[in-house]
Amino acid sequence: MIKLIPRAENSKAMIILSPIIALTLTALSAFVIFLFILDDIAVSSVFFTLFAEPLLDSYYFSELLVKAAPLMIIGLGLSIGFRAGIWNIGAEGQYVMGAVAGGAVGLYFYNVEGFWLLPLMAIAGIIGGMLYASIAAYLRIKYQVNEILVTLMLTYVAVLFLQAMLQGPLRNPSGFNFPESRMFHDSAMLPIIWEGTRLHIGLIVAILLSILAWFGIKKHMFGMQIKITGSAPRAAKFAGFDDNKTVWYSLLISGGLAGLAGLFEASGPAGQLTPGLPQFYGFTAIIVAFLARLHPVGILFSALLIALSYVGGENVQIDYNLPSSITQIFQGMLLFYFLACDILIKYKVVLFKKNN
Amino acid sequence: MSNRRFSSVLKLSILSVVLAFTGSVSADPVKAAFVYIGPTGDHGWTFAHDQGAKYVKEKMGDDVVITTVESVEENSDSERVITSLARKNDIIFTTSFGYMNPTVKVAKRYPDVKFEHATGYMLEDNLSVYSARFYEGRHVIGKIAGRMTKSNVIGYIASFPIPEVIRGINSAYLAAKSVNPDVSMKIVWVYTWYDPGKEADAANALIAQGADILMQHTDSTAPITVAEEKGIYAFGQASNMREWGPNAQLTGIIDDWGPYYLARVQAVKDGTWTSSDTFDGVKQGMVKFAPMNNNMPVDVRNEAMKAIIDLSMGAIHPFTGPINKQDGTPWLAEGETPPNFPDLLTMDFYVEGIDSKYPN
Repeated sequence: MIKLIPRAENSKAMIILSPIIALTLTALSAFVIFLFILDDIAVSSVFFTLFAEPLLDSYYFSELLVKAAPLMIIGLGLSIGFRAGIWNIGAEGQYVMGAVAGGAVGLYFYNVEGFWLLPLMAIAGIIGGMLYASIAAYLRIKYQVNEILVTLMLTYVAVLFLQAMLQGPLRNPSGFNFPESRMFHDSAMLPIIWEGTRLHIGLIVAILLSILAWFGIKKHMFGMQIKITGSAPRAAKFAGFDDNKTVWYSLLISGGLAGLAGLFEASGPAGQLTPGLPQFYGFTAIIVAFLARLHPVGILFSALLIALSYVGGENVQIDYNLPSSITQIFQGMLLFYFLACDILIKYKVVLFKKNN
Repeated sequence: MSNRRFSSVLKLSILSVVLAFTGSVSADPVKAAFVYIGPTGDHGWTFAHDQGAKYVKEKMGDDVVITTVESVEENSDSERVITSLARKNDIIFTTSFGYMNPTVKVAKRYPDVKFEHATGYMLEDNLSVYSARFYEGRHVIGKIAGRMTKSNVIGYIASFPIPEVIRGINSAYLAAKSVNPDVSMKIVWVYTWYDPGKEADAANALIAQGADILMQHTDSTAPITVAEEKGIYAFGQASNMREWGPNAQLTGIIDDWGPYYLARVQAVKDGTWTSSDTFDGVKQGMVKFAPMNNNMPVDVRNEAMKAIIDLSMGAIHPFTGPINKQDGTPWLAEGETPPNFPDLLTMDFYVEGIDSKYPN
């Protein structure tokens, strides 16, 4: 029999090394899988396309950053709630609501030029996400309804709401009834920060937010509050921390940032509202947050890693005709090895005989 | 005289040698790529496009290199996939409506690459659009359904209220009504192109409302499987679905993209490709039919075959007046047929007699 016994002290070195070990194990496993499924293609060239090309080719690198930016923004918001033990699983829904709210503002002022429009859309996006997440906060505080269920279920409602809006008020009036909005006009589009690519200002916002979150957690009382509420709820009560406040802040921050990310996606790479807007960023960001152990700066890197798996996975599909599930397999393995490493850092494995 | 002729022959042969050398560009294989919305699988919309791609390979052999990318979501990812393909290919087919704006954006950035977008409406110098007159197929299955229903209720599983789907509903209804004045149509909107669960739910809901024959404008085999279980009839969609409903499938509407794809890729090879707007049907062979099921009475089968022949000769049009809109306002006068634009391509109303609220 195998038993896991908590270690008295966690190794500092291992905490830093474990992501690298997890990554190495993932690469090794991928290598073995490729050995089995590739007939006459060199594994090394597939590996190059999967892991190196997105970093070396300037176009793919720009796309990697485009893909990483929303994951960073949503992941940062989620990590704050997760620290406090508030499980917002429905960032996808708040992302959609942010895109609809902010996008609607952009479409309302269609062809109206002005520097004020984009900030207004961003604010509407944040408020849209916040309001949507506040449903879960209210239900949890008032009726003790589990926020995991509420946020998750509301994601499906948000997707249907988006579709309804695109069939109705937000539909392109000259689009032959296809369920899409107009393309946003220039004032409603995010500034591009790398000429000739789709990389937009969202990346800079993500980095600033990461620094802000780091300060908030390290220096601010609220950071202390969520940390203690998450790790020792009873102690937090004795310390006089307001539990309800933690729930509100956690859900409003994560909802608002998810909403902002949704608006950035609509007014950035997509350039319009379409039924295809929900693309699992809200769910993938959960992986991003945990891969970074909820650390605000770490999230920047884990988002890049996950984005790499998307762009690289897409390219091996194009170049070598491999199945599209490669990306999911890669992400699944990465999370599995990472969690396994974490378990082994916190616990030691002891073998003992059953009849003992 | 003969000298001159000789010299002109010489010139010609020199010219042809020069051409043969400079023409070495076109001796390279054409690189053609296809972007698919779903997995290629063994049935449905993407399967039919992939069959078209395979047909091109089969006919052109070493003259073509084909790349396919499956399950490309209709979001900002698709622009990256199309861009990646544009860097390495001569012609790119994007086979779902949702790729329209990304395809337009990439086409503008890569003016030397040819693009072909299925079912959209945006044209550029290097971007064609193509679609099929599926409503002609619906005309044939509408006639069969009108004859075969005993409950006089046809169930219709619809995806999104876009013109293509509306055309199909109207065409099927008018054809069914023409052979069976008592027929009515129940419509369920599932707002998806492919979701076996939702499609099966819709099928069951329609059966509960009395439908004993199902039509679908969605891609999975779920409705036909439900029909087989319940012992009622249905029609295959996009490809032959006989396997999933050997008794249920009376026939099926088959999309045959192969000849079109071959012509377009060949045109790139020959250097004759130009931007075009294609809307072909039974006549051009873009819309075909699965074999008629033997469990249909002979007269029903003959009537369906006659409709197919008439369509292929251009002798009939599924929308021939007099036809009123659902609210009773006239649409087509006696003997009138609608133009492609705007009537067919922007259709956003039910025809008179459909007892269902138009989704809005």
